[in-house]
Amino acid sequence: MSKAGDGHDVLMDLGRERPQVPVRARNMSPIVPRASIAGRALVAVVAIMTFLASITTGAVLLINASASEWQSEVASEITIQVRPAAGRDLEQDVAAAAAAAREHPGILDVRPYTREESAKLLEPWLGSGLSLDDLPVPRMIVARAAPGTRLDLEGLRSRVTQLAPSTSVDDHRAWIDRMRSMTNATVFAGIGVLALVIIATIISVSFATRGAMAANRPIVEVLHFVGASDRYIANHFLRHFLRLGLRGGVIGCVAAMLMFGFSESIANWFSGTPVGDQFAALLGTFSLRPSGYLVLAGQTVLIAVITAFASRRTLFATLDEID
Amino acid sequence: MIRFENVGLRYGLGPEILRDISFHLPARSFQFLSGPSGAGKTSLLRLLFLSLRPTRGLVNLFGQDVSLQSKDAIADLRKRIGIVLQDFRLLDHMTTYENVALPFRVMGRDESTYRREVIDLLKWVGLGERMDALPPVLSGGEKQRAAIARAVIARPQLLLADEPTGNVDPTLGQRLLRLFIELNKSGTAVIIATHDIALMDQYDARRLVLHQGRLHIYE
Repeated sequence: MSKAGDGHDVLMDLGRERPQVPVRARNMSPIVPRASIAGRALVAVVAIMTFLASITTGAVLLINASASEWQSEVASEITIQVRPAAGRDLEQDVAAAAAAAREHPGILDVRPYTREESAKLLEPWLGSGLSLDDLPVPRMIVARAAPGTRLDLEGLRSRVTQLAPSTSVDDHRAWIDRMRSMTNATVFAGIGVLALVIIATIISVSFATRGAMAANRPIVEVLHFVGASDRYIANHFLRHFLRLGLRGGVIGCVAAMLMFGFSESIANWFSGTPVGDQFAALLGTFSLRPSGYLVLAGQTVLIAVITAFASRRTLFATLDEID
Repeated sequence: MIRFENVGLRYGLGPEILRDISFHLPARSFQFLSGPSGAGKTSLLRLLFLSLRPTRGLVNLFGQDVSLQSKDAIADLRKRIGIVLQDFRLLDHMTTYENVALPFRVMGRDESTYRREVIDLLKWVGLGERMDALPPVLSGGEKQRAAIARAVIARPQLLLADEPTGNVDPTLGQRLLRLFIELNKSGTAVIIATHDIALMDQYDARRLVLHQGRLHIYE
Protein backbone atom coordinates (compact mmCIF):
# COMPACT_ATOMS: atom_id res chain seq x y z
CA MET A 1 0.00 0.00 0.00
CA SER A 2 1.30 3.41 -0.80
CA LYS A 3 0.58 6.98 0.01
CA ALA A 4 -1.35 8.95 -2.55
CA GLY A 5 -0.52 12.50 -3.50
CA ASP A 6 -3.45 13.86 -1.51
CA GLY A 7 -2.17 12.28 1.68
CA HIS A 8 -4.74 9.47 1.87
CA ASP A 9 -3.90 5.80 1.69
CA VAL A 10 -4.77 4.25 -1.62
CA LEU A 11 -5.79 0.66 -2.02
CA MET A 12 -3.61 -0.10 -5.05
CA ASP A 13 -0.18 1.05 -6.10
CA LEU A 14 -0.52 1.75 -9.79
CA GLY A 15 3.10 2.68 -10.36
CA ARG A 16 3.44 4.11 -13.86
CA GLU A 17 -0.27 3.46 -14.53
CA ARG A 18 -1.17 6.30 -12.13
CA PRO A 19 -2.79 9.19 -14.03
CA GLN A 20 -0.26 11.99 -14.40
CA VAL A 21 -2.78 14.80 -14.86
CA PRO A 22 -4.59 16.29 -11.91
CA VAL A 23 -8.04 14.83 -11.51
CA ARG A 24 -10.86 17.26 -12.10
CA ALA A 25 -13.70 17.68 -9.61
CA ARG A 26 -16.81 15.92 -10.79
CA ASN A 27 -20.43 16.95 -10.76
CA MET A 28 -21.94 14.09 -8.84
CA SER A 29 -25.35 12.75 -9.81
CA PRO A 30 -28.03 13.05 -7.15
CA ILE A 31 -28.41 9.95 -4.97
CA VAL A 32 -32.11 9.83 -5.83
CA PRO A 33 -32.71 10.70 -9.51
CA ARG A 34 -35.20 13.53 -9.85
CA ALA A 35 -36.94 11.93 -12.81
CA SER A 36 -37.78 8.87 -10.74
CA ILE A 37 -40.27 10.78 -8.62
CA ALA A 38 -43.69 11.48 -10.11
CA GLY A 39 -43.08 15.18 -9.57
CA ARG A 40 -45.53 16.86 -11.92
CA ALA A 41 -48.60 15.13 -10.53
CA LEU A 42 -47.57 15.97 -6.98
CA VAL A 43 -46.82 19.61 -7.85
CA ALA A 44 -50.27 19.85 -9.48
CA VAL A 45 -51.99 18.31 -6.44
CA VAL A 46 -50.19 20.59 -3.98
CA ALA A 47 -50.83 23.63 -6.23
CA ILE A 48 -54.57 22.89 -6.39
CA MET A 49 -54.76 22.24 -2.66
CA THR A 50 -52.85 25.46 -1.85
CA PHE A 51 -55.09 27.39 -4.25
CA LEU A 52 -58.24 26.07 -2.55
CA ALA A 53 -56.79 26.73 0.90
CA SER A 54 -55.78 30.28 -0.10
CA ILE A 55 -59.21 31.04 -1.58
CA THR A 56 -60.88 29.76 1.58
CA THR A 57 -58.58 31.73 3.87
CA GLY A 58 -58.89 34.86 1.70
CA ALA A 59 -62.70 34.62 1.67
CA VAL A 60 -62.81 34.15 5.44
CA LEU A 61 -60.51 37.15 5.93
CA LEU A 62 -62.69 39.28 3.62
CA ILE A 63 -65.92 38.33 5.35
CA ASN A 64 -64.35 38.84 8.75
CA ALA A 65 -63.04 42.28 7.83
CA SER A 66 -66.37 43.36 6.27
CA ALA A 67 -68.33 42.04 9.24
CA SER A 68 -66.16 43.90 11.75
CA GLU A 69 -66.53 47.07 9.67
CA TRP A 70 -70.29 46.65 9.65
CA GLN A 71 -70.42 45.85 13.30
CA SER A 72 -68.41 48.90 14.29
CA GLU A 73 -70.61 51.10 12.09
CA VAL A 74 -73.88 49.66 13.33
CA ALA A 75 -72.76 49.46 16.95
CA SER A 76 -72.10 53.19 17.07
CA GLU A 77 -75.59 54.01 15.83
CA ILE A 78 -78.83 54.29 17.77
CA THR A 79 -82.19 54.57 16.09
CA ILE A 80 -85.00 56.42 17.85
CA GLN A 81 -88.40 55.77 16.37
CA VAL A 82 -91.26 58.17 17.09
CA ARG A 83 -94.67 56.74 16.23
CA PRO A 84 -97.68 58.97 15.65
CA ALA A 85 -100.12 58.81 18.57
CA ALA A 86 -103.62 60.18 18.95
CA GLY A 87 -103.65 63.59 20.53
CA ARG A 88 -99.95 64.26 20.11
CA ASP A 89 -98.03 66.47 17.68
CA LEU A 90 -95.55 64.24 15.85
CA GLU A 91 -93.24 67.11 14.83
CA GLN A 92 -93.05 68.33 18.41
CA ASP A 93 -92.37 64.81 19.72
CA VAL A 94 -89.56 64.35 17.15
CA ALA A 95 -87.99 67.67 18.11
CA ALA A 96 -88.24 66.86 21.84
CA ALA A 97 -86.75 63.37 21.40
CA ALA A 98 -83.92 64.74 19.23
CA ALA A 99 -83.16 67.43 21.81
CA ALA A 100 -83.12 64.86 24.62
CA ALA A 101 -80.76 62.64 22.60
CA ARG A 102 -78.44 65.58 21.86
CA GLU A 103 -78.16 66.36 25.55
CA HIS A 104 -77.46 62.75 26.47
CA PRO A 105 -73.80 62.15 27.40
CA GLY A 106 -71.80 60.20 24.79
CA ILE A 107 -73.96 61.19 21.81
CA LEU A 108 -71.95 62.92 19.11
CA ASP A 109 -74.48 63.64 16.45
CA VAL A 110 -78.26 63.46 16.09
CA ARG A 111 -80.06 63.55 12.78
CA PRO A 112 -83.86 63.45 12.64
CA TYR A 113 -85.24 62.34 9.29
CA THR A 114 -87.53 64.96 7.75
CA ARG A 115 -90.96 64.09 6.35
CA GLU A 116 -89.53 64.08 2.83
CA GLU A 117 -86.66 61.78 3.80
CA SER A 118 -89.06 59.39 5.50
CA ALA A 119 -91.18 59.33 2.35
CA LYS A 120 -88.04 58.53 0.34
CA LEU A 121 -87.25 55.62 2.66
CA LEU A 122 -90.69 54.13 1.91
CA GLU A 123 -90.55 54.85 -1.80
CA PRO A 124 -89.29 51.37 -2.82
CA TRP A 125 -92.37 49.78 -1.24
CA LEU A 126 -95.12 52.41 -1.60
CA GLY A 127 -94.06 54.23 -4.74
CA SER A 128 -93.38 57.94 -5.32
CA GLY A 129 -95.72 60.82 -4.71
CA LEU A 130 -96.67 59.51 -1.30
CA SER A 131 -98.42 61.89 1.11
CA LEU A 132 -97.41 61.05 4.68
CA ASP A 133 -100.40 63.01 5.99
CA ASP A 134 -102.65 60.10 4.98
CA LEU A 135 -100.58 57.42 6.75
CA PRO A 136 -99.46 56.91 10.34
CA VAL A 137 -95.81 56.62 9.35
CA PRO A 138 -93.29 56.74 12.20
CA ARG A 139 -90.35 59.12 12.06
CA MET A 140 -86.77 58.13 12.59
CA ILE A 141 -83.97 59.86 14.42
CA VAL A 142 -80.44 58.49 13.95
CA ALA A 143 -78.03 59.23 16.79
CA ARG A 144 -74.32 58.49 16.53
CA ALA A 145 -72.46 57.60 19.70
CA ALA A 146 -68.80 58.42 20.28
CA PRO A 147 -66.73 55.32 19.50
CA GLY A 148 -65.77 53.29 22.54
CA THR A 149 -68.24 54.93 24.93
CA ARG A 150 -70.71 52.89 26.95
CA LEU A 151 -74.03 54.61 26.58
CA ASP A 152 -76.63 54.70 29.33
CA LEU A 153 -79.29 53.37 26.99
CA GLU A 154 -81.91 52.91 29.74
CA GLY A 155 -81.45 56.53 30.82
CA LEU A 156 -81.88 57.73 27.24
CA ARG A 157 -84.94 55.50 26.76
CA SER A 158 -86.72 56.75 29.91
CA ARG A 159 -85.85 60.40 29.09
CA VAL A 160 -87.26 60.27 25.55
CA THR A 161 -90.34 58.27 26.54
CA GLN A 162 -91.07 60.86 29.20
CA LEU A 163 -91.07 63.57 26.54
CA ALA A 164 -92.72 61.52 23.80
CA PRO A 165 -94.48 58.35 25.10
CA SER A 166 -94.80 56.70 21.68
CA THR A 167 -91.03 56.55 21.22
CA SER A 168 -88.81 53.47 21.10
CA VAL A 169 -85.01 53.33 21.19
CA ASP A 170 -83.09 50.57 19.34
CA ASP A 171 -79.33 50.01 19.70
CA HIS A 172 -79.31 47.18 17.08
CA ARG A 173 -77.96 44.65 19.61
CA ALA A 174 -80.02 41.75 18.22
CA TRP A 175 -78.82 42.56 14.70
CA ILE A 176 -75.19 42.73 15.80
CA ASP A 177 -75.49 39.40 17.67
CA ARG A 178 -76.91 37.75 14.55
CA MET A 179 -74.10 39.21 12.45
CA ARG A 180 -71.51 38.01 14.91
CA SER A 181 -72.85 34.46 14.89
CA MET A 182 -72.98 34.51 11.08
CA THR A 183 -69.35 35.65 10.92
CA ASN A 184 -68.29 33.00 13.43
CA ALA A 185 -70.11 30.32 11.42
CA THR A 186 -68.27 31.47 8.26
CA VAL A 187 -64.91 31.34 10.05
CA PHE A 188 -65.65 27.85 11.40
CA ALA A 189 -66.73 26.67 7.95
CA GLY A 190 -63.49 28.12 6.54
CA ILE A 191 -61.41 26.32 9.18
CA GLY A 192 -63.30 23.09 8.35
CA VAL A 193 -62.57 23.46 4.63
CA LEU A 194 -58.91 24.23 5.43
CA ALA A 195 -58.66 21.12 7.61
CA LEU A 196 -60.13 18.99 4.80
CA VAL A 197 -57.73 20.50 2.26
CA ILE A 198 -54.75 19.81 4.56
CA ILE A 199 -55.89 16.22 5.20
CA ALA A 200 -56.33 15.66 1.44
CA THR A 201 -52.82 17.11 0.88
CA ILE A 202 -51.30 14.77 3.48
CA ILE A 203 -53.01 11.74 1.92
CA SER A 204 -51.93 12.71 -1.63
CA VAL A 205 -48.35 13.31 -0.51
CA SER A 206 -48.25 10.02 1.39
CA PHE A 207 -49.38 8.14 -1.73
CA ALA A 208 -46.85 9.99 -3.88
CA THR A 209 -44.06 9.22 -1.40
CA ARG A 210 -45.01 5.55 -1.26
CA GLY A 211 -45.00 5.44 -5.08
CA ALA A 212 -41.60 7.14 -5.26
CA MET A 213 -40.16 4.76 -2.69
CA ALA A 214 -41.53 1.74 -4.55
CA ALA A 215 -40.03 3.02 -7.80
CA ASN A 216 -36.67 3.62 -6.09
CA ARG A 217 -36.56 0.48 -3.99
CA PRO A 218 -33.36 -0.80 -5.68
CA ILE A 219 -31.63 2.48 -4.79
CA VAL A 220 -32.79 2.20 -1.17
CA GLU A 221 -31.46 -1.37 -0.99
CA VAL A 222 -28.07 -0.40 -2.42
CA LEU A 223 -27.85 2.52 0.00
CA HIS A 224 -28.53 0.09 2.84
CA PHE A 225 -25.76 -2.14 1.45
CA VAL A 226 -23.20 0.63 1.61
CA GLY A 227 -24.16 1.42 5.19
CA ALA A 228 -26.52 4.38 4.75
CA SER A 229 -28.80 4.93 7.72
CA ASP A 230 -32.56 5.41 7.30
CA ARG A 231 -32.10 9.08 8.21
CA TYR A 232 -29.54 9.55 5.39
CA ILE A 233 -31.83 7.88 2.84
CA ALA A 234 -34.95 9.69 4.06
CA ASN A 235 -33.19 13.07 3.88
CA HIS A 236 -32.34 12.54 0.21
CA PHE A 237 -35.96 11.77 -0.64
CA LEU A 238 -37.20 14.51 1.64
CA ARG A 239 -35.30 17.23 -0.23
CA HIS A 240 -37.18 16.32 -3.40
CA PHE A 241 -40.54 16.35 -1.69
CA LEU A 242 -39.90 19.66 0.10
CA ARG A 243 -38.87 21.20 -3.23
CA LEU A 244 -41.95 19.79 -5.00
CA GLY A 245 -44.20 20.91 -2.13
CA LEU A 246 -42.78 24.44 -2.22
CA ARG A 247 -43.09 24.64 -6.01
CA GLY A 248 -46.73 23.47 -5.89
CA GLY A 249 -47.45 25.76 -2.95
CA VAL A 250 -46.01 28.84 -4.67
CA ILE A 251 -47.99 28.15 -7.88
CA GLY A 252 -51.26 27.72 -5.94
CA CYS A 253 -50.64 30.75 -3.73
CA VAL A 254 -49.66 33.06 -6.61
CA ALA A 255 -52.76 31.95 -8.56
CA ALA A 256 -54.97 32.73 -5.54
CA MET A 257 -53.27 36.12 -5.00
CA LEU A 258 -53.78 37.00 -8.66
CA MET A 259 -57.40 36.00 -8.34
CA PHE A 260 -57.91 38.30 -5.37
CA GLY A 261 -56.05 41.08 -7.20
CA PHE A 262 -58.22 40.70 -10.30
CA SER A 263 -61.46 40.31 -8.36
CA GLU A 264 -60.87 43.83 -7.07
CA SER A 265 -60.68 45.08 -10.64
CA ILE A 266 -63.72 42.99 -11.62
CA ALA A 267 -65.65 44.45 -8.67
CA ASN A 268 -64.70 47.91 -9.92
CA TRP A 269 -66.07 47.11 -13.41
CA PHE A 270 -69.39 46.10 -11.88
CA SER A 271 -69.62 49.03 -9.49
CA GLY A 272 -72.79 51.04 -10.15
CA THR A 273 -74.73 48.00 -11.27
CA PRO A 274 -77.27 46.45 -8.83
CA VAL A 275 -75.19 43.25 -8.55
CA GLY A 276 -71.98 45.19 -7.95
CA ASP A 277 -73.63 47.38 -5.31
CA GLN A 278 -75.07 44.33 -3.56
CA PHE A 279 -71.63 42.70 -3.36
CA ALA A 280 -70.01 45.94 -2.30
CA ALA A 281 -72.58 46.28 0.50
CA LEU A 282 -71.94 42.72 1.61
CA LEU A 283 -68.18 42.33 1.20
CA GLY A 284 -66.88 45.88 0.88
CA THR A 285 -64.37 46.48 -1.89
CA PHE A 286 -63.37 42.79 -2.25
CA SER A 287 -59.79 43.87 -1.60
CA LEU A 288 -57.51 41.79 0.58
CA ARG A 289 -55.35 43.86 2.92
CA PRO A 290 -51.54 43.47 2.70
CA SER A 291 -51.69 41.45 5.94
CA GLY A 292 -54.10 39.08 4.15
CA TYR A 293 -51.52 38.44 1.41
CA LEU A 294 -48.94 37.78 4.12
CA VAL A 295 -51.29 35.24 5.72
CA LEU A 296 -51.62 33.47 2.34
CA ALA A 297 -47.81 33.38 1.93
CA GLY A 298 -47.43 31.98 5.46
CA GLN A 299 -50.07 29.38 4.72
CA THR A 300 -48.11 28.29 1.63
CA VAL A 301 -44.98 27.73 3.70
CA LEU A 302 -47.12 25.77 6.18
CA ILE A 303 -48.46 23.54 3.37
CA ALA A 304 -44.92 22.92 2.08
CA VAL A 305 -43.81 21.97 5.60
CA ILE A 306 -46.84 19.68 5.98
CA THR A 307 -45.94 18.09 2.61
CA ALA A 308 -42.39 17.44 3.81
CA PHE A 309 -43.57 16.15 7.19
CA ALA A 310 -46.12 13.76 5.64
CA SER A 311 -43.46 12.58 3.22
CA ARG A 312 -40.95 12.03 6.05
CA ARG A 313 -43.40 9.92 8.07
CA THR A 314 -44.20 7.77 5.03
CA LEU A 315 -40.50 7.48 4.19
CA PHE A 316 -39.58 6.06 7.57
CA ALA A 317 -42.58 3.70 7.56
CA THR A 318 -41.62 2.44 4.07
CA LEU A 319 -37.95 2.10 5.02
CA ASP A 320 -39.02 -0.08 7.95
CA GLU A 321 -40.98 -2.27 5.52
CA ILE A 322 -38.04 -2.52 3.09
CA ASP A 323 -35.61 -3.42 5.84
CA MET B 1 -14.44 -11.05 14.97
CA ILE B 2 -17.56 -12.99 13.86
CA ARG B 3 -19.19 -15.74 15.83
CA PHE B 4 -22.24 -17.82 14.89
CA GLU B 5 -23.71 -20.16 17.51
CA ASN B 6 -26.42 -22.67 16.60
CA VAL B 7 -27.86 -20.32 14.00
CA GLY B 8 -30.92 -21.49 12.11
CA LEU B 9 -32.77 -19.77 9.28
CA ARG B 10 -36.09 -20.41 7.63
CA TYR B 11 -38.11 -18.25 5.25
CA GLY B 12 -41.67 -17.85 6.53
CA LEU B 13 -43.15 -21.22 7.45
CA GLY B 14 -40.89 -23.15 5.07
CA PRO B 15 -38.26 -25.70 6.04
CA GLU B 16 -35.09 -24.63 7.82
CA ILE B 17 -32.53 -23.93 5.12
CA LEU B 18 -29.63 -23.30 7.51
CA ARG B 19 -29.35 -25.55 10.56
CA ASP B 20 -27.16 -25.29 13.65
CA ILE B 21 -24.53 -23.15 11.97
CA SER B 22 -21.67 -22.51 14.37
CA PHE B 23 -18.31 -21.03 13.41
CA HIS B 24 -15.83 -18.35 14.29
CA LEU B 25 -14.17 -16.05 11.77
CA PRO B 26 -11.04 -14.41 13.12
CA ALA B 27 -10.00 -10.95 11.99
CA ARG B 28 -7.72 -10.90 8.89
CA SER B 29 -8.80 -14.44 7.96
CA PHE B 30 -9.47 -15.65 4.40
CA GLN B 31 -11.99 -18.34 3.54
CA PHE B 32 -13.93 -19.76 0.65
CA LEU B 33 -17.59 -20.65 1.11
CA SER B 34 -18.78 -23.35 -1.24
CA GLY B 35 -21.50 -25.92 -1.64
CA PRO B 36 -24.03 -27.04 -4.22
CA SER B 37 -26.61 -24.64 -5.65
CA GLY B 38 -29.42 -23.98 -3.18
CA ALA B 39 -27.30 -25.03 -0.21
CA GLY B 40 -27.81 -21.60 1.38
CA LYS B 41 -24.55 -19.79 0.53
CA THR B 42 -26.29 -16.52 -0.35
CA SER B 43 -28.52 -16.78 2.74
CA LEU B 44 -25.45 -17.24 4.94
CA LEU B 45 -23.81 -14.22 3.30
CA ARG B 46 -26.98 -12.19 3.89
CA LEU B 47 -26.95 -13.24 7.56
CA LEU B 48 -23.34 -12.08 7.76
CA PHE B 49 -24.32 -8.82 6.08
CA LEU B 50 -27.23 -8.30 8.51
CA SER B 51 -29.80 -8.08 5.76
CA LEU B 52 -31.47 -11.18 7.22
CA ARG B 53 -32.13 -11.99 10.85
CA PRO B 54 -31.66 -15.57 12.02
CA THR B 55 -34.71 -17.55 13.11
CA ARG B 56 -32.72 -18.83 16.04
CA GLY B 57 -29.21 -18.80 17.45
CA LEU B 58 -26.68 -16.09 18.20
CA VAL B 59 -24.89 -13.89 15.70
CA ASN B 60 -22.06 -11.81 17.09
CA LEU B 61 -20.38 -9.32 14.77
CA PHE B 62 -17.40 -7.19 15.75
CA GLY B 63 -18.08 -8.11 19.36
CA GLN B 64 -21.74 -7.05 19.30
CA ASP B 65 -24.82 -9.23 19.61
CA VAL B 66 -26.66 -8.36 16.40
CA SER B 67 -30.13 -9.07 17.83
CA LEU B 68 -29.67 -6.25 20.35
CA GLN B 69 -28.64 -3.59 17.85
CA SER B 70 -30.82 -0.65 16.75
CA LYS B 71 -31.35 0.12 13.06
CA ASP B 72 -28.80 2.94 13.18
CA ALA B 73 -26.25 0.69 14.89
CA ILE B 74 -26.78 -1.96 12.19
CA ALA B 75 -26.21 0.71 9.51
CA ASP B 76 -22.93 1.57 11.26
CA LEU B 77 -21.94 -2.11 11.39
CA ARG B 78 -22.67 -2.40 7.65
CA LYS B 79 -20.20 0.41 6.96
CA ARG B 80 -17.50 -2.01 8.18
CA ILE B 81 -18.60 -4.70 5.71
CA GLY B 82 -18.24 -4.74 1.94
CA ILE B 83 -20.46 -7.00 -0.16
CA VAL B 84 -20.41 -8.12 -3.79
CA LEU B 85 -23.67 -9.69 -4.87
CA GLN B 86 -24.30 -11.93 -7.86
CA ASP B 87 -26.65 -9.36 -9.42
CA PHE B 88 -24.10 -6.53 -8.84
CA ARG B 89 -26.70 -3.98 -7.64
CA LEU B 90 -25.16 -0.98 -9.35
CA LEU B 91 -27.22 2.22 -9.53
CA ASP B 92 -28.13 2.79 -13.17
CA HIS B 93 -28.36 6.58 -12.91
CA MET B 94 -24.80 6.91 -11.60
CA THR B 95 -21.56 6.55 -13.53
CA THR B 96 -19.13 3.75 -12.72
CA TYR B 97 -17.01 6.27 -10.80
CA GLU B 98 -20.00 7.45 -8.75
CA ASN B 99 -21.11 3.89 -8.02
CA VAL B 100 -17.67 2.98 -6.72
CA ALA B 101 -17.44 6.21 -4.69
CA LEU B 102 -20.88 5.67 -3.11
CA PRO B 103 -19.62 4.25 0.24
CA PHE B 104 -17.45 7.37 0.72
CA ARG B 105 -20.35 9.61 -0.19
CA VAL B 106 -22.59 7.89 2.35
CA MET B 107 -19.84 8.41 4.96
CA GLY B 108 -20.13 12.13 4.22
CA ARG B 109 -16.60 12.52 2.86
CA ASP B 110 -15.79 15.33 0.47
CA GLU B 111 -15.23 14.23 -3.12
CA SER B 112 -11.75 15.73 -3.29
CA THR B 113 -10.58 13.44 -0.44
CA TYR B 114 -11.33 10.19 -2.27
CA ARG B 115 -11.22 11.07 -5.97
CA ARG B 116 -7.70 9.75 -6.63
CA GLU B 117 -8.29 6.59 -4.62
CA VAL B 118 -11.42 5.74 -6.63
CA ILE B 119 -9.72 6.43 -9.96
CA ASP B 120 -6.69 4.33 -9.00
CA LEU B 121 -8.86 1.39 -8.06
CA LEU B 122 -10.99 1.70 -11.20
CA LYS B 123 -7.81 1.65 -13.29
CA TRP B 124 -6.53 -1.35 -11.38
CA VAL B 125 -9.69 -3.38 -12.05
CA GLY B 126 -9.49 -2.38 -15.72
CA LEU B 127 -12.30 0.20 -15.71
CA GLY B 128 -10.11 3.29 -16.12
CA GLU B 129 -11.64 4.01 -19.53
CA ARG B 130 -15.18 3.28 -18.34
CA MET B 131 -15.44 5.46 -15.28
CA ASP B 132 -17.92 7.85 -16.88
CA ALA B 133 -20.04 5.07 -18.37
CA LEU B 134 -23.43 4.23 -16.92
CA PRO B 135 -24.00 0.61 -15.78
CA PRO B 136 -26.59 -0.20 -18.51
CA VAL B 137 -23.83 0.09 -21.14
CA LEU B 138 -21.28 -1.99 -19.20
CA SER B 139 -20.73 -5.67 -19.96
CA GLY B 140 -21.42 -8.32 -17.30
CA GLY B 141 -17.73 -8.54 -16.42
CA GLU B 142 -17.38 -4.77 -16.18
CA LYS B 143 -20.38 -4.56 -13.90
CA GLN B 144 -18.89 -7.26 -11.72
CA ARG B 145 -15.58 -5.41 -11.44
CA ALA B 146 -17.39 -2.17 -10.61
CA ALA B 147 -19.39 -3.99 -7.89
CA ILE B 148 -16.15 -5.44 -6.47
CA ALA B 149 -14.46 -2.04 -6.55
CA ARG B 150 -17.45 -0.53 -4.66
CA ALA B 151 -17.25 -3.27 -2.03
CA VAL B 152 -13.52 -2.86 -1.37
CA ILE B 153 -13.02 0.89 -1.85
CA ALA B 154 -13.62 1.80 1.79
CA ARG B 155 -11.36 -1.05 2.93
CA PRO B 156 -13.96 -2.84 5.03
CA GLN B 157 -13.04 -5.05 7.97
CA LEU B 158 -15.04 -7.85 6.38
CA LEU B 159 -15.53 -8.49 2.67
CA LEU B 160 -18.29 -10.81 1.48
CA ALA B 161 -18.28 -11.80 -2.18
CA ASP B 162 -20.94 -13.94 -3.86
CA GLU B 163 -19.45 -15.61 -6.99
CA PRO B 164 -17.14 -12.63 -7.65
CA THR B 165 -15.38 -14.23 -10.61
CA GLY B 166 -18.45 -15.73 -12.23
CA ASN B 167 -18.58 -13.32 -15.19
CA VAL B 168 -14.91 -12.65 -15.89
CA ASP B 169 -12.25 -14.47 -17.90
CA PRO B 170 -9.65 -16.57 -15.99
CA THR B 171 -6.95 -13.91 -16.26
CA LEU B 172 -9.14 -11.23 -14.76
CA GLY B 173 -10.43 -13.79 -12.25
CA GLN B 174 -6.85 -14.27 -11.05
CA ARG B 175 -6.33 -10.53 -10.91
CA LEU B 176 -9.47 -10.08 -8.81
CA LEU B 177 -8.36 -12.88 -6.50
CA ARG B 178 -5.05 -11.01 -6.10
CA LEU B 179 -7.05 -7.94 -5.15
CA PHE B 180 -8.90 -9.90 -2.47
CA ILE B 181 -5.65 -11.41 -1.19
CA GLU B 182 -3.99 -8.00 -1.04
CA LEU B 183 -7.01 -6.60 0.77
CA ASN B 184 -6.83 -9.51 3.19
CA LYS B 185 -3.14 -8.85 3.83
CA SER B 186 -3.97 -5.25 4.64
CA GLY B 187 -6.31 -6.46 7.39
CA THR B 188 -9.69 -7.33 5.88
CA ALA B 189 -11.32 -10.66 6.63
CA VAL B 190 -12.56 -12.16 3.35
CA ILE B 191 -15.28 -14.69 2.58
CA ILE B 192 -15.68 -15.66 -1.06
CA ALA B 193 -18.71 -17.78 -1.95
CA THR B 194 -17.90 -19.68 -5.12
CA HIS B 195 -18.44 -22.84 -7.17
CA ASP B 196 -15.14 -22.28 -8.94
CA ILE B 197 -12.83 -25.12 -7.82
CA ALA B 198 -10.00 -23.69 -9.96
CA LEU B 199 -10.25 -20.39 -8.13
CA MET B 200 -10.18 -22.12 -4.74
CA ASP B 201 -7.17 -24.19 -5.81
CA GLN B 202 -5.21 -21.02 -6.53
CA TYR B 203 -5.05 -19.97 -2.91
CA ASP B 204 -4.62 -22.06 0.16
CA ALA B 205 -7.37 -20.94 2.51
CA ARG B 206 -9.92 -22.33 4.92
CA ARG B 207 -12.99 -23.77 3.20
CA LEU B 208 -16.51 -23.56 4.60
CA VAL B 209 -18.75 -26.04 2.82
CA LEU B 210 -22.52 -25.92 3.11
CA HIS B 211 -24.34 -29.16 2.54
CA GLN B 212 -28.01 -29.81 3.25
CA GLY B 213 -28.21 -26.75 5.45
CA ARG B 214 -25.24 -27.68 7.63
CA LEU B 215 -21.77 -26.18 7.60
CA HIS B 216 -18.57 -28.23 7.38
CA ILE B 217 -15.24 -26.52 7.92
CA TYR B 218 -12.01 -27.70 6.28
CA GLU B 219 -8.94 -25.97 7.70
